Amino acid sequence: MNASAAITVKQLQVHFASSRGAPVRAVDGVDMEIQQGELHGIVGESGCGKTSLARAIAGLQRPTGGSVTFDGRELDDWRRERLAFSRHVQFIFQDPLASLSRRQTISQSLEEPLKIHGLGSASQRRERILELLQLVSLPEACLDRLPRALSGGQRQRVAIARALALDPRILICDEPLSALDVSIRAQILNLFADLQKKLDLSIVLIAHDLAIIRLVCTRVSVMYLGKIAETGPTSELFARPRHPYTQALLEAAPSVDPEIERSRHVQLLSGDPPSPSSPPSGCRFHTRCPFSAPVCEIEEPILRMVDERTSVACHVA
Amino acid sequence: MPATIEEPRSLPIYEVDRLTVDLYTDKRTIRAVDDCSFSLKPGETLAIVGESGSGKTVMTLGPLGLLPEGIAVHLRGKALTARGDLLAVSGRHRAAVRGNDFGVVFQDPLSALNPMRRIGPQLAEQARRFAGLSAVAAKTDAISNLRRVGIADPEDRYWRYPHEFSGGMRQRAMIALALASRPKILLADEPTTALDATVQAQILALLKQIQAEDGLAIVLITHDIGVVAGMADRVAVMYAGRIVEEGAVADVLKTPTHPYTQGLLSSIPDLDTPIGGRLTEIPGAPPDLSSLEAGCRFAPRCFAVTPPCALARPSLAPLSSVTSTTPTHKVACFVMQSNCQEPIR
Repeated sequence: MNASAAITVKQLQVHFASSRGAPVRAVDGVDMEIQQGELHGIVGESGCGKTSLARAIAGLQRPTGGSVTFDGRELDDWRRERLAFSRHVQFIFQDPLASLSRRQTISQSLEEPLKIHGLGSASQRRERILELLQLVSLPEACLDRLPRALSGGQRQRVAIARALALDPRILICDEPLSALDVSIRAQILNLFADLQKKLDLSIVLIAHDLAIIRLVCTRVSVMYLGKIAETGPTSELFARPRHPYTQALLEAAPSVDPEIERSRHVQLLSGDPPSPSSPPSGCRFHTRCPFSAPVCEIEEPILRMVDERTSVACHVA
Repeated sequence: MPATIEEPRSLPIYEVDRLTVDLYTDKRTIRAVDDCSFSLKPGETLAIVGESGSGKTVMTLGPLGLLPEGIAVHLRGKALTARGDLLAVSGRHRAAVRGNDFGVVFQDPLSALNPMRRIGPQLAEQARRFAGLSAVAAKTDAISNLRRVGIADPEDRYWRYPHEFSGGMRQRAMIALALASRPKILLADEPTTALDATVQAQILALLKQIQAEDGLAIVLITHDIGVVAGMADRVAVMYAGRIVEEGAVADVLKTPTHPYTQGLLSSIPDLDTPIGGRLTEIPGAPPDLSSLEAGCRFAPRCFAVTPPCALARPSLAPLSSVTSTTPTHKVACFVMQSNCQEPIR
């Protein structure tokens, strides 16, 4: 395995017990690596397990099987040093209003992680807070406000600043743009790209919007029903999608050009994604796949390397 | 059902004229829609684009009395259908007009379908009430509507509850419900926002197919420019309660003229944007609608702002045909309007 991997995920499973019948197999055997300094996008439709995967990587969700290794140590091992782990790995949630305390001013919110970790004197902490504001381009006037007095975009900036307070090496962001207005998304997306370069962060970006992932990520993993269907460098994956599901996702993404959009013939996938509590036999995609062969119904394809940097889980591709 | 009168394609079947909507909450009055007009022709799709809070839903659902309960609303203006002005008729009559002329598809199908009742009877009730069918005919009609929206095995699904349907199937059932009263106009409020990309493509294809078969006029509320490009004939762009630009889809998306439309379009990536490229940002955030100052509402964020922009509110006016293929391309911006009046040499 690659030496520069910041996080290694092996055969990870996150299953949830369900009151009726079979457990929900949100993440069902995922292998992946997050390299130091890369912006790694995870795409997939709702219910494919991308949020559960992200939470398990960040230690917010205990896996039911497999392992997550950070810095050469398994997450189970880190569990006894929760504080040390949280200095390195931070999480950004979809809804910034829900992840900030409604009663804390922005200044208090930003200072809290520093206090918990016992960092600096009061004046040093103040300095750090101002530094953080500058990093995410927020005016100093925000400091004494409550989250509800800020706009959606400003709140997400606060949440990002707070996640960066401890100088983490890895930032895991779960749909950080979906709660924001369209005209604000570009601001936050540019901010992520800048931060990644400036701070040499590894960022894991969960999104369902392919265009957003394509724009900023260096590497992309496509998830379907709890499994990685395909992973590869962004340019390669978008230029030559190999997995039929990746191809379908790319086709389903509409263009903003009316002429292209009207002349294009979309190959529609049939049906909805199946339920993660009873995934289809063999390849999970075979029920909707236009290229399904007999072997696909019986044998589950493994994620195999097709070239140096791309892996695909498909019998046909 | 009365015999359909063949209307000339050029005449609008629905016309909203100078609509203003105020919403009253505990402490504040919000002018959600400010002096907006639009019209719709049979068979046409008008997309209404804007961010959350821009007033697109209030403008479209307000005249039908379909805003959430518990908010005091005051509407001014006209909303004209062949049966009269929706804003001038009483509640009960309004419900009749609404049920006969309009079908509505919401973002969340669970908000429109009764979770305690089986799907089929809900559809049949619509058909009996508004299309005047008998009980037996209504059931047959409901089953054929379910089949038409692509629900497999409709005789069995007729007796299922909404929670037994998947997300995409519920959306299909809601479209069937909207069609049950045989409407002429379909109002679709973010019909695919809650759906996955591959399912979204299916639902959009279904709407197009139904429109081609029935000649429905569709008002499509969305914030997704990709959906607009694929579905709409015309588009109206809203910002802070005003329509700032309106025109044929090709005109507005290819030559966006209002600074907000320009900013919006260049801030949205698509699969042709260069990898690793940088998006253009619109600085700032939309204004607070309860304390509006005079002048153009986009002025504080606008790259082209001039002193007159702070004084008066620009209204929608046609661009000269120099910059646009049709005179139907309208924009509400002092700067862009005056630019275009000077002939280009």
